[in-house]
Amino acid sequence: MLKISNLSAKIENKSILQDFKLEINPGEVHAIMGPNGSGKSTLSNILSGKKGYDVKGEVLFENIDLFSLETEERAHKGIFLAFQYPLEIPGVNTNVFLKTSLNAIKKARGEKELDAIQFLKLVKEKAKELKFDEEKLGRQLNVGFSGGEKKKNEILQMSILNPKLSILDETDSGLDIDALKTVADGVNALRKKNNSFLIITHYQRLLEYIKPDFVHVLMNGKIIKSGGPELALELEKKGYENIN
Amino acid sequence: MRDKQIEDLKDYKYGFSTDIESFKAPKGLNEEVIKFISNIKKEPKWLLDWRLKAFERLKVLKEPDWQKPKYPKIDYQDLYYYSAPKSFKDKPKSLDELDPKLLETYQKLGIPLNEQKRLNGIAVDAVFDSVSVATTFKETLTKQGIIFCSISEAVQKHPELVKKYLGTVIPLTDHFFATLNSAVFTDGSFVYIPPGVRCPMELSTYFRINASDTGQFERTLIIADKGSYVSYLEGCTAPMRDENQLHAANVELIALDDAEIKYSTVQNWYPGDKDGKGGIYNFVTKRGLCKGKNSKISWTQVETGSAITWKYPSCILKGDNSIGEFYSIAITNNHQKADTGTKMIHLGKNTKSKIISKGISAGFSDMTYRGLVDISPKATNSNNFTQCDSLLMGNKCGAHTVPYIKNKNSDSNIAHEATTSKISEEQLHYCQQRGLNPEEAVGLIVNGFCKEVLQQLPMEFAVEAQKLVGISLEGSVG
Repeated sequence: MLKISNLSAKIENKSILQDFKLEINPGEVHAIMGPNGSGKSTLSNILSGKKGYDVKGEVLFENIDLFSLETEERAHKGIFLAFQYPLEIPGVNTNVFLKTSLNAIKKARGEKELDAIQFLKLVKEKAKELKFDEEKLGRQLNVGFSGGEKKKNEILQMSILNPKLSILDETDSGLDIDALKTVADGVNALRKKNNSFLIITHYQRLLEYIKPDFVHVLMNGKIIKSGGPELALELEKKGYENIN
Repeated sequence: MRDKQIEDLKDYKYGFSTDIESFKAPKGLNEEVIKFISNIKKEPKWLLDWRLKAFERLKVLKEPDWQKPKYPKIDYQDLYYYSAPKSFKDKPKSLDELDPKLLETYQKLGIPLNEQKRLNGIAVDAVFDSVSVATTFKETLTKQGIIFCSISEAVQKHPELVKKYLGTVIPLTDHFFATLNSAVFTDGSFVYIPPGVRCPMELSTYFRINASDTGQFERTLIIADKGSYVSYLEGCTAPMRDENQLHAANVELIALDDAEIKYSTVQNWYPGDKDGKGGIYNFVTKRGLCKGKNSKISWTQVETGSAITWKYPSCILKGDNSIGEFYSIAITNNHQKADTGTKMIHLGKNTKSKIISKGISAGFSDMTYRGLVDISPKATNSNNFTQCDSLLMGNKCGAHTVPYIKNKNSDSNIAHEATTSKISEEQLHYCQQRGLNPEEAVGLIVNGFCKEVLQQLPMEFAVEAQKLVGISLEGSVG
């Protein structure tokens, strides 16, 4: 589904990712763990299409050159990023944002857009599953939301958009244990044969609830070690410095 | 062929012109032209005298020059002050007699004049260059005693009302453009709502400038008698032309005891091309008088068009407990300029005013909010709340806020809040990651920014205005 080869990225001449390789097949859950400044967020930024990076190498998503696609086209193809810091958009109702987003994607795919009633039914159902306070759906997007609410809102958007590849950028940071479980439930509910996940995190904690198929350790812009879920435990015990 | 051209005019879809023979007054501004206008409209002598008095006054008035947007000197002798479709010399009695080309024009603009295709229960008065071409739903309104017609017709049929109120809010001597309008005004709408009547539908006037080298000087007069209510909306478009065209309208509103007038404007005059060539000079005087106690006047404006917009819809709060409101969205893109805001003059006791202004500037444009809040010594226990927000896109545009605040008594309150912000790269990236293209993303963010004002518009127009907000900013990102 996603194939990254020899990816290197610079920002203002500072090298962040070097010779980065990763392959994710349909249905797989990959976790990338790494210390601060290892390049984790750069990876999610580049995959989602954020501008400002000097990028070399190749990224294929379902055999299409990802760099030939605009940010929104990547979203239309089924790439979703749960932001580390979800943005506030004053004056825009959360429901309206979600519906606009879902219908923009449906329209790009040539599918039928949802009307207001169909949409509300869907959003209510998903909000209930994720224990997301329905009252917040009527509020301005992320304005006045707590850190945990913002992250849950990302997961709610993910479950409504039902993407093929979901990238979670440190979604677990700053969450209490209940919110963490909700996020994990959201991911696990979407985990199907064809849906893949790339989970970026500092800590092993989230991986207790979402069992990854693969764990990669990212240091200084490179994957230095890959393994199964046991690698996360080993990391927790030894720390990043001693993993090699 | 023409339809194809219209398709191509994506930037300004109302930019087509109608090929229709017009009948004009001789070029220039002089007594003869004023007499010509008055004569063709078969006006009574008092009105001609009134016009001539304005013209006398105009001779000593100077064009104001304190505004921020500067413009090349206008040669007032090089303009036509009256232009009407030729078929209008004898005004058609019904829509069936109307030139099909005119009907077609309004159809293209999305304003069906045919009552069978009723526009969501909105009565429309259509003004083409200098004349009103049709007013719909007259009968329905007449049953309730509501008068909704062109001002020319009102002069003929209801002279006592026109004489009583014309020029009482914007006097002959007011200022250059207002006085110019008084001398040469051609047509516009007239509304009278009798005591205790709640107007059952939105009243709307649609202004269209078609002829070239022609100024449009319309005059609108709305009177809400005791305990009545009316919601009125005006829309405007013009063809794309290389030269600048002047639009200097006067709008007077009068609300008597316990009456309420809600006046909404969606102004989409041709803004000029991307390099700032052409476009309308929109120099308009709009003023409402809350004459009676407990009366209310509310202005809502969405200003997206015109090369230069220069206007301050105002409220004179004369009646005790009267309320004035001003909700504004002004958008400038490319080389457009706007100097707009409001004046709230508190004269009566316990008067309240509220100002919500949202300015958005993009491209090389420049936007000024200018507003006056004046609470007189006798207007005790009054208050004003002002919120002025500016949103900048890119780094070549400007936004300025110039509030004038005068509080002349000690138990009144004035609050002024102002913010300036920018659409961040991060916000755009977030929206794009959710599948919106950059223009949709900007549209969404800007509509969120304007929400408080958009909510004030009648439903059907809020949807239109939302789209217009998006279209006006096209090409401003990337």
